[in-house]
Amino acid sequence: MEAKIILSSQEVRKAIQRLTHQILERDQSLKDLVLIGIQTRGVCLARRIQAAIKELKNQDMPLGVLDITFYRDDLTAIGSSPVVKETNIEFDLNDKRIVLIDDVLFTGRTIRAALDEIMDFGRPKTIELLVLIDRGHRQLPIRPDFVGKNIPTSLEESVEVKFQESDGSDEVTIINRQEDKR
Amino acid sequence: MRWKRKDLLDLESLSLQELEYILTTAASFKEVTGRQIKKVPALRGKTVVNLFYEPSTRTRVSFEVAAKRLSADVINIAAEVSSVKKGETLIDTGKNIEALKADIIVVRHSASGAAAMLARHLKANVINAGDGWHEHPTQALLDIFTLREKLGRIEGLKVSIIGDIAHSRVARSNIWGLTKMGAKVTLCAPLMLIPPGIEETGVKVTDDLDQALSEADAINVLRMQFERDEAGAFPKAWEYFKTFGITEERLQKAKKDIVVMHPGPINRGIEMSSEVADGVNSVILEQVTNGIAVRMAVLFLVAQAKNGKKANSN
Repeated sequence: MEAKIILSSQEVRKAIQRLTHQILERDQSLKDLVLIGIQTRGVCLARRIQAAIKELKNQDMPLGVLDITFYRDDLTAIGSSPVVKETNIEFDLNDKRIVLIDDVLFTGRTIRAALDEIMDFGRPKTIELLVLIDRGHRQLPIRPDFVGKNIPTSLEESVEVKFQESDGSDEVTIINRQEDKR
Repeated sequence: MRWKRKDLLDLESLSLQELEYILTTAASFKEVTGRQIKKVPALRGKTVVNLFYEPSTRTRVSFEVAAKRLSADVINIAAEVSSVKKGETLIDTGKNIEALKADIIVVRHSASGAAAMLARHLKANVINAGDGWHEHPTQALLDIFTLREKLGRIEGLKVSIIGDIAHSRVARSNIWGLTKMGAKVTLCAPLMLIPPGIEETGVKVTDDLDQALSEADAINVLRMQFERDEAGAFPKAWEYFKTFGITEERLQKAKKDIVVMHPGPINRGIEMSSEVADGVNSVILEQVTNGIAVRMAVLFLVAQAKNGKKANSN
Protein backbone atom coordinates (compact mmCIF):
# COMPACT_ATOMS: atom_id res chain seq x y z
CA MET A 1 0.00 0.00 0.00
CA GLU A 2 1.36 3.34 -1.02
CA ALA A 3 0.40 6.64 0.52
CA LYS A 4 0.80 9.48 -1.95
CA ILE A 5 1.58 12.83 -0.38
CA ILE A 6 -0.83 15.54 -1.51
CA LEU A 7 0.24 18.31 0.84
CA SER A 8 3.58 18.47 2.62
CA SER A 9 3.90 20.01 6.04
CA GLN A 10 4.95 23.32 4.51
CA GLU A 11 2.04 23.25 2.09
CA VAL A 12 -0.39 22.52 4.94
CA ARG A 13 0.89 25.56 6.78
CA LYS A 14 0.60 27.73 3.69
CA ALA A 15 -2.93 26.53 3.03
CA ILE A 16 -3.95 27.41 6.60
CA GLN A 17 -2.45 30.88 6.22
CA ARG A 18 -4.34 31.43 2.98
CA LEU A 19 -7.63 30.15 4.43
CA THR A 20 -7.21 32.51 7.38
CA HIS A 21 -6.72 35.48 5.05
CA GLN A 22 -9.81 34.47 3.11
CA ILE A 23 -11.93 34.44 6.28
CA LEU A 24 -10.66 37.90 7.16
CA GLU A 25 -11.24 39.25 3.65
CA ARG A 26 -14.94 38.51 3.88
CA ASP A 27 -15.32 40.62 7.00
CA GLN A 28 -12.33 42.49 8.36
CA SER A 29 -14.11 43.58 11.53
CA LEU A 30 -14.10 40.08 13.07
CA LYS A 31 -17.32 41.20 14.67
CA ASP A 32 -19.37 38.23 15.92
CA LEU A 33 -16.96 35.77 14.30
CA VAL A 34 -16.75 32.37 16.01
CA LEU A 35 -14.95 29.22 14.92
CA ILE A 36 -16.42 25.75 15.34
CA GLY A 37 -14.31 22.68 14.67
CA ILE A 38 -15.75 19.22 14.05
CA GLN A 39 -14.09 16.43 16.08
CA THR A 40 -11.28 15.43 15.73
CA ARG A 41 -9.14 16.90 12.93
CA GLY A 42 -11.53 19.78 12.35
CA VAL A 43 -10.77 20.91 15.90
CA CYS A 44 -7.00 20.85 15.22
CA LEU A 45 -7.55 22.88 12.08
CA ALA A 46 -9.80 25.35 13.91
CA ARG A 47 -7.13 25.86 16.60
CA ARG A 48 -4.54 26.58 13.90
CA ILE A 49 -6.80 29.14 12.31
CA GLN A 50 -7.53 30.68 15.69
CA ALA A 51 -3.77 31.03 16.27
CA ALA A 52 -3.25 32.51 12.80
CA ILE A 53 -5.95 35.13 13.40
CA LYS A 54 -4.37 35.96 16.74
CA GLU A 55 -1.05 36.52 15.01
CA LEU A 56 -2.52 38.75 12.33
CA LYS A 57 -5.10 40.67 14.33
CA ASN A 58 -4.08 40.08 17.93
CA GLN A 59 -7.58 38.95 18.80
CA ASP A 60 -8.74 35.72 20.41
CA MET A 61 -11.65 34.31 18.47
CA PRO A 62 -14.07 32.06 20.41
CA LEU A 63 -13.63 28.43 19.45
CA GLY A 64 -16.23 25.70 19.86
CA VAL A 65 -15.85 21.95 19.57
CA LEU A 66 -18.57 19.88 17.95
CA ASP A 67 -19.05 16.11 18.09
CA ILE A 68 -21.75 15.11 15.63
CA THR A 69 -22.17 11.45 16.66
CA PHE A 70 -25.69 11.85 18.04
CA TYR A 71 -26.79 13.60 14.85
CA ARG A 72 -25.44 11.08 12.35
CA ASP A 73 -27.86 9.64 9.83
CA ASP A 74 -26.04 6.30 9.67
CA LEU A 75 -26.23 5.37 13.35
CA THR A 76 -28.51 2.51 12.42
CA ALA A 77 -26.21 1.21 9.70
CA ILE A 78 -22.59 1.62 10.69
CA GLY A 79 -22.49 -1.61 12.62
CA SER A 80 -20.04 -0.48 15.24
CA SER A 81 -20.61 1.59 18.28
CA PRO A 82 -19.34 5.04 17.50
CA VAL A 83 -16.85 6.74 19.75
CA VAL A 84 -18.55 9.73 21.28
CA LYS A 85 -16.28 12.68 21.86
CA GLU A 86 -16.82 15.95 23.64
CA THR A 87 -18.98 18.80 22.40
CA ASN A 88 -18.06 22.09 23.99
CA ILE A 89 -19.58 25.38 22.91
CA GLU A 90 -19.36 27.80 25.78
CA PHE A 91 -20.73 30.87 24.06
CA ASP A 92 -24.02 32.04 22.62
CA LEU A 93 -24.42 31.24 18.91
CA ASN A 94 -27.35 33.58 18.30
CA ASP A 95 -26.64 36.14 15.55
CA LYS A 96 -23.03 35.01 15.24
CA ARG A 97 -20.98 34.56 12.09
CA ILE A 98 -19.93 30.92 12.36
CA VAL A 99 -17.06 29.45 10.39
CA LEU A 100 -17.60 25.69 10.56
CA ILE A 101 -14.34 23.82 10.12
CA ASP A 102 -13.52 20.25 9.09
CA ASP A 103 -10.49 18.58 7.59
CA VAL A 104 -12.02 16.73 4.62
CA LEU A 105 -15.28 17.38 2.79
CA PHE A 106 -16.61 14.20 1.18
CA THR A 107 -20.30 13.16 1.04
CA GLY A 108 -21.49 16.21 2.97
CA ARG A 109 -23.32 14.10 5.56
CA THR A 110 -21.08 15.13 8.44
CA ILE A 111 -21.75 18.77 7.58
CA ARG A 112 -25.51 18.13 7.44
CA ALA A 113 -25.30 16.64 10.96
CA ALA A 114 -23.17 19.54 12.16
CA LEU A 115 -25.62 22.10 10.77
CA ASP A 116 -28.52 20.40 12.54
CA GLU A 117 -26.60 20.28 15.80
CA ILE A 118 -25.58 23.95 15.56
CA MET A 119 -29.21 24.94 14.96
CA ASP A 120 -30.11 23.22 18.24
CA PHE A 121 -27.66 25.52 20.01
CA GLY A 122 -29.09 28.73 18.62
CA ARG A 123 -29.81 30.80 15.53
CA PRO A 124 -26.58 32.05 14.02
CA LYS A 125 -26.60 34.88 11.48
CA THR A 126 -24.55 32.94 8.98
CA ILE A 127 -22.64 29.67 8.77
CA GLU A 128 -19.70 29.39 6.40
CA LEU A 129 -17.92 26.13 5.71
CA LEU A 130 -14.14 25.80 5.69
CA VAL A 131 -12.32 22.59 4.78
CA LEU A 132 -8.69 21.79 4.15
CA ILE A 133 -9.48 19.22 1.48
CA ASP A 134 -12.48 18.89 -0.80
CA ARG A 135 -12.37 15.42 -2.34
CA GLY A 136 -15.73 15.55 -4.15
CA HIS A 137 -18.46 12.84 -4.25
CA ARG A 138 -21.11 14.95 -2.56
CA GLN A 139 -24.39 13.21 -1.74
CA LEU A 140 -26.11 16.34 -0.44
CA PRO A 141 -26.41 19.90 -1.77
CA ILE A 142 -23.60 21.26 0.38
CA ARG A 143 -20.67 23.36 -0.82
CA PRO A 144 -17.71 24.82 1.02
CA ASP A 145 -16.98 28.56 1.27
CA PHE A 146 -13.25 28.15 1.83
CA VAL A 147 -11.17 25.27 0.47
CA GLY A 148 -7.49 24.58 1.09
CA LYS A 149 -7.16 22.25 -1.85
CA ASN A 150 -9.48 20.45 -4.23
CA ILE A 151 -8.42 16.85 -4.83
CA PRO A 152 -10.25 14.69 -7.36
CA THR A 153 -10.48 11.19 -5.89
CA SER A 154 -12.02 7.84 -6.66
CA LEU A 155 -14.26 6.10 -4.15
CA GLU A 156 -11.60 3.45 -3.58
CA GLU A 157 -9.23 6.07 -2.28
CA SER A 158 -9.20 7.59 1.16
CA VAL A 159 -7.77 10.93 2.13
CA GLU A 160 -5.87 11.16 5.37
CA VAL A 161 -5.12 14.46 7.06
CA LYS A 162 -2.50 14.51 9.78
CA PHE A 163 -1.73 17.30 12.18
CA GLN A 164 1.27 17.79 14.41
CA GLU A 165 -0.94 17.92 17.51
CA SER A 166 -2.77 14.66 16.91
CA ASP A 167 -0.43 12.68 14.65
CA GLY A 168 3.06 14.07 15.11
CA SER A 169 3.39 15.83 11.76
CA ASP A 170 1.42 17.93 9.25
CA GLU A 171 0.65 16.03 6.10
CA VAL A 172 -2.15 15.11 3.71
CA THR A 173 -1.94 11.77 1.94
CA ILE A 174 -4.12 9.77 -0.39
CA ILE A 175 -4.33 6.00 0.02
CA ASN A 176 -5.79 3.47 -2.37
CA ARG A 177 -7.74 1.03 -0.24
CA GLN A 178 -8.09 -1.46 -3.11
CA GLU A 179 -4.36 -2.01 -3.07
CA ASP A 180 -4.57 -2.18 0.68
CA LYS A 181 -6.78 -5.22 0.45
CA ARG A 182 -4.43 -7.10 -1.85
CA MET B 1 -13.74 -0.73 21.89
CA ARG B 2 -16.97 -1.88 20.28
CA TRP B 3 -20.19 -2.30 22.20
CA LYS B 4 -21.63 -5.70 21.30
CA ARG B 5 -24.31 -6.41 23.87
CA LYS B 6 -27.88 -6.41 22.67
CA ASP B 7 -29.13 -6.17 26.24
CA LEU B 8 -28.07 -4.74 29.57
CA LEU B 9 -29.13 -7.29 32.17
CA ASP B 10 -26.57 -7.01 34.95
CA LEU B 11 -23.19 -5.63 35.90
CA GLU B 12 -21.85 -9.03 36.96
CA SER B 13 -21.11 -10.08 33.39
CA LEU B 14 -19.71 -6.74 32.18
CA SER B 15 -15.98 -6.26 31.71
CA LEU B 16 -14.14 -3.31 33.19
CA GLN B 17 -13.81 -1.90 29.66
CA GLU B 18 -17.55 -2.13 29.12
CA LEU B 19 -18.23 -0.37 32.42
CA GLU B 20 -15.80 2.40 31.51
CA TYR B 21 -17.33 2.71 28.06
CA ILE B 22 -20.83 3.23 29.45
CA LEU B 23 -19.56 5.85 31.91
CA THR B 24 -17.64 7.71 29.19
CA THR B 25 -20.66 7.73 26.90
CA ALA B 26 -22.80 8.91 29.82
CA ALA B 27 -20.45 11.85 30.35
CA SER B 28 -21.09 12.96 26.75
CA PHE B 29 -24.82 12.71 27.34
CA LYS B 30 -24.52 14.72 30.53
CA GLU B 31 -23.17 17.55 28.39
CA VAL B 32 -26.22 17.21 26.13
CA THR B 33 -28.59 17.45 29.12
CA GLY B 34 -26.97 20.77 30.03
CA ARG B 35 -27.76 22.33 26.65
CA GLN B 36 -30.58 24.71 25.97
CA ILE B 37 -32.16 22.12 23.71
CA LYS B 38 -31.63 18.94 25.69
CA LYS B 39 -32.46 16.62 22.88
CA VAL B 40 -30.49 14.83 20.17
CA PRO B 41 -31.86 12.79 17.27
CA ALA B 42 -29.81 9.64 17.99
CA LEU B 43 -32.81 7.27 18.47
CA ARG B 44 -35.26 9.03 16.19
CA GLY B 45 -37.85 6.59 14.88
CA LYS B 46 -37.20 4.02 17.62
CA THR B 47 -39.80 2.94 20.13
CA VAL B 48 -38.93 2.33 23.76
CA VAL B 49 -41.42 0.44 25.94
CA ASN B 50 -41.22 0.71 29.73
CA LEU B 51 -42.72 -2.52 31.02
CA PHE B 52 -43.02 -2.20 34.78
CA TYR B 53 -44.41 -5.04 36.88
CA GLU B 54 -43.50 -3.25 40.11
CA PRO B 55 -44.39 0.26 41.18
CA SER B 56 -41.71 2.78 40.27
CA THR B 57 -41.76 6.46 39.66
CA ARG B 58 -38.17 7.57 39.66
CA THR B 59 -36.67 4.82 37.50
CA ARG B 60 -39.53 4.82 35.02
CA VAL B 61 -39.59 8.59 34.65
CA SER B 62 -35.82 8.63 34.34
CA PHE B 63 -35.92 6.08 31.49
CA GLU B 64 -38.78 8.00 29.91
CA VAL B 65 -36.93 11.31 30.01
CA ALA B 66 -33.76 9.63 28.74
CA ALA B 67 -35.55 8.03 25.79
CA LYS B 68 -37.32 11.27 24.90
CA ARG B 69 -34.05 13.21 24.95
CA LEU B 70 -32.79 10.71 22.40
CA SER B 71 -35.89 11.47 20.26
CA ALA B 72 -37.36 7.98 20.72
CA ASP B 73 -41.07 7.37 21.21
CA VAL B 74 -41.95 6.04 24.64
CA ILE B 75 -44.80 3.83 25.77
CA ASN B 76 -45.33 3.07 29.45
CA ILE B 77 -47.01 -0.12 30.53
CA ALA B 78 -47.87 -0.61 34.18
CA ALA B 79 -48.53 -4.28 34.67
CA GLU B 80 -51.20 -3.82 37.33
CA VAL B 81 -53.56 -2.41 34.75
CA SER B 82 -52.60 -4.55 31.77
CA SER B 83 -53.54 -7.97 30.48
CA VAL B 84 -51.05 -9.44 32.93
CA LYS B 85 -53.96 -9.23 35.34
CA LYS B 86 -55.83 -11.44 32.95
CA GLY B 87 -53.15 -14.09 33.17
CA GLU B 88 -50.79 -13.40 30.26
CA THR B 89 -47.24 -14.65 30.81
CA LEU B 90 -44.18 -12.43 30.73
CA ILE B 91 -42.92 -13.91 27.48
CA ASP B 92 -46.30 -13.55 25.79
CA THR B 93 -46.49 -9.94 26.91
CA GLY B 94 -42.95 -9.39 25.60
CA LYS B 95 -43.73 -10.97 22.23
CA ASN B 96 -46.85 -8.87 21.89
CA ILE B 97 -44.88 -5.73 22.61
CA GLU B 98 -42.31 -6.81 20.04
CA ALA B 99 -45.07 -7.43 17.51
CA LEU B 100 -45.98 -3.78 17.96
CA LYS B 101 -42.48 -3.08 16.59
CA ALA B 102 -40.93 -1.91 19.83
CA ASP B 103 -37.16 -1.64 19.54
CA ILE B 104 -36.13 -1.50 23.18
CA ILE B 105 -37.95 -2.93 26.22
CA VAL B 106 -37.08 -1.64 29.67
CA VAL B 107 -38.39 -4.15 32.18
CA ARG B 108 -38.85 -4.20 35.94
CA HIS B 109 -40.12 -7.37 37.55
CA SER B 110 -40.30 -8.86 41.01
CA ALA B 111 -38.70 -12.13 39.86
CA SER B 112 -34.93 -12.39 39.65
CA GLY B 113 -33.90 -13.27 36.10
CA ALA B 114 -37.07 -11.89 34.49
CA ALA B 115 -35.15 -9.50 32.24
CA ALA B 116 -32.71 -12.22 31.18
CA MET B 117 -35.55 -14.55 30.28
CA LEU B 118 -37.23 -11.87 28.21
CA ALA B 119 -33.95 -11.12 26.46
CA ARG B 120 -33.50 -14.76 25.50
CA HIS B 121 -36.90 -14.86 23.82
CA LEU B 122 -36.97 -11.49 22.07
CA LYS B 123 -35.07 -9.79 19.28
CA ALA B 124 -35.76 -6.41 20.85
CA ASN B 125 -33.11 -4.94 23.12
CA VAL B 126 -33.87 -5.56 26.79
CA ILE B 127 -32.70 -3.34 29.63
CA ASN B 128 -33.09 -4.56 33.20
CA ALA B 129 -34.63 -1.85 35.36
CA GLY B 130 -34.59 -4.10 38.42
CA ASP B 131 -35.34 -7.82 38.73
CA GLY B 132 -36.25 -9.12 42.16
CA TRP B 133 -33.29 -9.10 44.52
CA HIS B 134 -30.89 -9.77 41.67
CA GLU B 135 -29.66 -6.57 39.97
CA HIS B 136 -30.54 -3.00 39.10
CA PRO B 137 -27.65 -2.18 36.77
CA THR B 138 -28.54 1.37 35.73
CA GLN B 139 -28.93 2.44 39.37
CA ALA B 140 -25.44 1.18 40.20
CA LEU B 141 -24.05 2.80 37.04
CA LEU B 142 -25.48 6.16 38.03
CA ASP B 143 -24.16 5.74 41.60
CA ILE B 144 -20.70 4.98 40.22
CA PHE B 145 -20.95 7.82 37.70
CA THR B 146 -21.86 10.27 40.46
CA LEU B 147 -19.10 9.00 42.71
CA ARG B 148 -16.50 9.30 39.98
CA GLU B 149 -17.68 12.78 39.13
CA LYS B 150 -17.38 13.81 42.79
CA LEU B 151 -14.10 12.14 43.70
CA GLY B 152 -12.43 11.83 40.29
CA ARG B 153 -11.87 8.08 40.45
CA ILE B 154 -13.25 4.75 41.66
CA GLU B 155 -10.08 2.72 42.00
CA GLY B 156 -8.89 2.57 45.59
CA LEU B 157 -11.98 4.26 47.02
CA LYS B 158 -13.56 2.86 50.14
CA VAL B 159 -17.30 2.61 49.75
CA SER B 160 -19.67 1.40 52.46
CA ILE B 161 -23.11 0.16 51.49
CA ILE B 162 -25.39 0.47 54.46
CA GLY B 163 -28.80 -1.07 55.03
CA ASP B 164 -30.92 -3.94 53.83
CA ILE B 165 -28.39 -5.74 51.64
CA ALA B 166 -30.35 -9.00 51.55
CA HIS B 167 -33.32 -7.61 49.67
CA SER B 168 -31.37 -5.09 47.62
CA ARG B 169 -30.70 -5.43 43.90
CA VAL B 170 -29.11 -1.99 44.09
CA ALA B 171 -26.53 -3.35 46.53
CA ARG B 172 -25.72 -6.33 44.32
CA SER B 173 -25.21 -4.25 41.19
CA ASN B 174 -23.10 -1.79 43.17
CA ILE B 175 -20.93 -4.57 44.55
CA TRP B 176 -20.23 -5.94 41.07
CA GLY B 177 -19.59 -2.56 39.52
CA LEU B 178 -17.51 -1.08 42.31
CA THR B 179 -15.29 -4.12 42.90
CA LYS B 180 -14.62 -4.49 39.16
CA MET B 181 -13.50 -0.89 39.06
CA GLY B 182 -11.16 -1.37 41.98
CA ALA B 183 -13.08 0.08 44.93
CA LYS B 184 -13.05 -1.55 48.34
CA VAL B 185 -16.59 -2.28 49.43
CA THR B 186 -17.85 -2.74 52.97
CA LEU B 187 -21.38 -3.89 53.70
CA CYS B 188 -22.97 -2.74 56.93
CA ALA B 189 -26.33 -3.94 58.24
CA PRO B 190 -27.95 -5.97 60.96
CA LEU B 191 -26.44 -9.40 60.25
CA MET B 192 -29.82 -10.93 59.43
CA LEU B 193 -30.06 -8.51 56.49
CA ILE B 194 -26.76 -9.67 55.02
CA PRO B 195 -27.00 -12.61 52.64
CA PRO B 196 -24.80 -15.53 53.71
CA GLY B 197 -21.68 -16.07 51.59
CA ILE B 198 -21.61 -12.52 50.21
CA GLU B 199 -17.95 -12.20 51.33
CA GLU B 200 -17.04 -14.39 48.34
CA THR B 201 -17.57 -11.37 46.07
CA GLY B 202 -14.61 -9.72 47.81
CA VAL B 203 -16.46 -7.38 50.16
CA LYS B 204 -16.07 -6.84 53.89
CA VAL B 205 -19.04 -7.27 56.19
CA THR B 206 -19.73 -5.55 59.50
CA ASP B 207 -22.64 -4.69 61.74
CA ASP B 208 -20.75 -1.81 63.32
CA LEU B 209 -21.86 1.41 61.67
CA ASP B 210 -19.09 3.54 63.17
CA GLN B 211 -16.53 1.19 61.69
CA ALA B 212 -18.24 1.32 58.28
CA LEU B 213 -18.20 5.11 58.45
CA SER B 214 -14.74 5.69 59.86
CA GLU B 215 -12.65 5.03 56.75
CA ALA B 216 -15.23 5.41 54.01
CA ASP B 217 -14.79 7.87 51.12
CA ALA B 218 -18.44 7.38 50.33
CA ILE B 219 -21.52 5.68 51.68
CA ASN B 220 -24.48 4.36 49.75
CA VAL B 221 -27.44 4.17 52.09
CA LEU B 222 -30.19 1.78 51.06
CA ARG B 223 -33.87 2.15 51.68
CA MET B 224 -35.38 -0.14 54.31
CA GLN B 225 -37.88 -2.11 52.28
CA PHE B 226 -40.33 -2.91 55.04
CA GLU B 227 -42.80 -4.11 52.42
CA ARG B 228 -40.49 -7.02 51.67
CA ASP B 229 -40.26 -8.21 55.26
CA GLU B 230 -42.27 -11.36 54.96
CA ALA B 231 -40.28 -13.33 57.51
CA GLY B 232 -40.49 -10.68 60.21
CA ALA B 233 -36.70 -10.41 60.22
CA PHE B 234 -36.62 -6.64 60.19
CA PRO B 235 -35.98 -4.50 63.23
CA LYS B 236 -38.56 -1.86 64.06
CA ALA B 237 -38.05 1.44 62.25
CA TRP B 238 -37.09 3.39 65.38
CA GLU B 239 -34.77 0.60 66.46
CA TYR B 240 -33.06 0.57 63.07
CA PHE B 241 -32.58 4.33 63.06
CA LYS B 242 -31.01 4.21 66.50
CA THR B 243 -28.40 1.64 65.45
CA PHE B 244 -27.93 2.18 61.70
CA GLY B 245 -29.49 5.54 60.88
CA ILE B 246 -27.06 8.12 59.46
CA THR B 247 -27.13 11.30 61.52
CA GLU B 248 -24.96 14.40 61.57
CA GLU B 249 -23.56 13.30 64.88
CA ARG B 250 -22.37 10.00 63.46
CA LEU B 251 -20.99 11.64 60.33
CA GLN B 252 -18.71 13.76 62.49
CA LYS B 253 -16.58 10.70 63.05
CA ALA B 254 -16.33 10.12 59.28
CA LYS B 255 -14.13 11.84 56.70
CA LYS B 256 -15.11 15.48 56.34
CA ASP B 257 -15.83 15.25 52.62
CA ILE B 258 -17.53 11.84 52.68
CA VAL B 259 -20.00 11.44 49.82
CA VAL B 260 -23.50 10.42 50.92
CA MET B 261 -25.65 8.60 48.35
CA HIS B 262 -29.12 7.10 48.48
CA PRO B 263 -30.97 5.48 45.56
CA GLY B 264 -34.30 6.88 46.79
CA PRO B 265 -37.00 7.06 47.81
CA ILE B 266 -35.71 8.10 51.23
CA ASN B 267 -37.43 7.21 54.45
CA ARG B 268 -36.41 10.29 56.40
CA GLY B 269 -35.75 9.43 60.01
CA ILE B 270 -35.23 5.73 59.27
CA GLU B 271 -32.13 5.36 57.05
CA MET B 272 -30.89 8.87 57.58
CA SER B 273 -31.90 12.10 59.21
CA SER B 274 -33.23 15.00 57.19
CA GLU B 275 -30.14 17.06 58.06
CA VAL B 276 -27.93 14.46 56.38
CA ALA B 277 -30.23 13.95 53.39
CA ASP B 278 -30.23 17.69 52.70
CA GLY B 279 -26.68 18.33 53.97
CA VAL B 280 -23.48 19.34 52.19
CA ASN B 281 -22.24 15.76 51.82
CA SER B 282 -25.41 14.54 50.14
CA VAL B 283 -25.40 13.99 46.36
CA ILE B 284 -28.85 12.42 46.29
CA LEU B 285 -30.37 14.87 43.81
CA GLU B 286 -27.27 14.82 41.60
CA GLN B 287 -27.78 11.07 41.40
CA VAL B 288 -31.22 11.67 39.95
CA THR B 289 -29.84 14.10 37.37
CA ASN B 290 -27.01 11.76 36.43
CA GLY B 291 -29.49 8.89 36.09
CA ILE B 292 -30.81 10.47 32.91
CA ALA B 293 -27.36 10.70 31.30
CA VAL B 294 -26.50 7.13 32.28
CA ARG B 295 -29.79 5.77 30.94
CA MET B 296 -29.38 7.74 27.70
CA ALA B 297 -25.98 6.07 27.31
CA VAL B 298 -27.38 2.58 27.93
CA LEU B 299 -30.33 3.07 25.56
CA PHE B 300 -28.00 4.49 22.91
CA LEU B 301 -25.43 1.68 23.21
CA VAL B 302 -27.80 -1.30 23.17
CA ALA B 303 -29.62 0.18 20.18
CA GLN B 304 -26.35 0.37 18.24
CA ALA B 305 -25.46 -3.21 19.15
CA LYS B 306 -28.58 -4.70 17.62
CA ASN B 307 -28.14 -2.72 14.47
CA GLY B 308 -24.53 -3.82 14.39
CA LYS B 309 -25.63 -7.42 14.04
CA LYS B 310 -27.82 -6.62 11.07
CA ALA B 311 -25.25 -4.54 9.26
CA ASN B 312 -22.31 -6.79 9.88
CA SER B 313 -21.55 -7.12 6.18
CA ASN B 314 -18.98 -4.33 6.06
